[in-house]
Amino acid sequence: MIRRLFPHPYLSALLVVIWMLLVNRFAWGSLVFAVILAIAVPALTEPYWPDRARLRHPLKIVRYCLMVIYDIIKANIQVAMIVLFKPNRNLHPAWITIPLELRSPEAITVLASTVTLTPGTVSADLSQDGHALLVHCLHAPDPESVILDIKSRYEDRLKEIFE
Amino acid sequence: MEFYAELLISAMLVLAGFFGFVGSFGLVKLPDQMTRLHGPTKAATLGVGGVLIASLLWFAFFGDHYSWHELLIALFLFLTAPITGLMIAKVNMHLTWSPDELPHCGEDKHWATFGNSAERSLMDSTAEDGKDERDHHE
Repeated sequence: MIRRLFPHPYLSALLVVIWMLLVNRFAWGSLVFAVILAIAVPALTEPYWPDRARLRHPLKIVRYCLMVIYDIIKANIQVAMIVLFKPNRNLHPAWITIPLELRSPEAITVLASTVTLTPGTVSADLSQDGHALLVHCLHAPDPESVILDIKSRYEDRLKEIFE
Repeated sequence: MEFYAELLISAMLVLAGFFGFVGSFGLVKLPDQMTRLHGPTKAATLGVGGVLIASLLWFAFFGDHYSWHELLIALFLFLTAPITGLMIAKVNMHLTWSPDELPHCGEDKHWATFGNSAERSLMDSTAEDGKDERDHHE
């Protein structure tokens, strides 16, 4: 019964939080409406998302987010330096292939988004069966180190969270 | 106290403006379409992030009540920016890159954009038996 009412418990919780933030001040009426949304939206979208995303260590998400924010700031400064001061002829853009150990679609989505959000890398494509991620680097004189970096910093942590 | 708050807010706004400028400047300066894609993804993260933090601080110090909309803007931005980037990258790949110019994708045959990816989707198998099923197919 609970499972049918909340096919995606995390999504339901997130919807309640988002609705309350949208309302911007607390009122019981809004909370009731938020709960209605939290039941209706997952029920309507369930056919498109049949599997339940499993989180093994939900609390590690907070640590992951903080680390990503720190990386975004650091990488933004690096890339600003590249854009402002590096002449184009010294720029070494590169395509790299990141072999994926992650298997769950949700985890791969988070990894791809993280790669795009940390400036200097944009995830461009996934291989046909989801075994590798195609990433474009703005400036990568040493592509191997970028691969190792992404795998050790992000993928390992996502593996702890999701699998 | 008020002065320092204003100073902090102004500093965040200037910082955000700077990164927004760098993002747009990158769009002009970088040599080809794929590298140009790196410009806007930057402006979207630190540039907009700085404005949002400034707005949060302003409401905290001078507003009538706290405002939480900034967190939502950040959330939706972080959800949508990578998807926009991915779509633009895919269009670029179709228009200006041939599959042999891209690195090989390891054990699979093609990148999803070029291959016949409708064959089987990641979503078809459930998380539990996904591994076994995949082994069978290969």
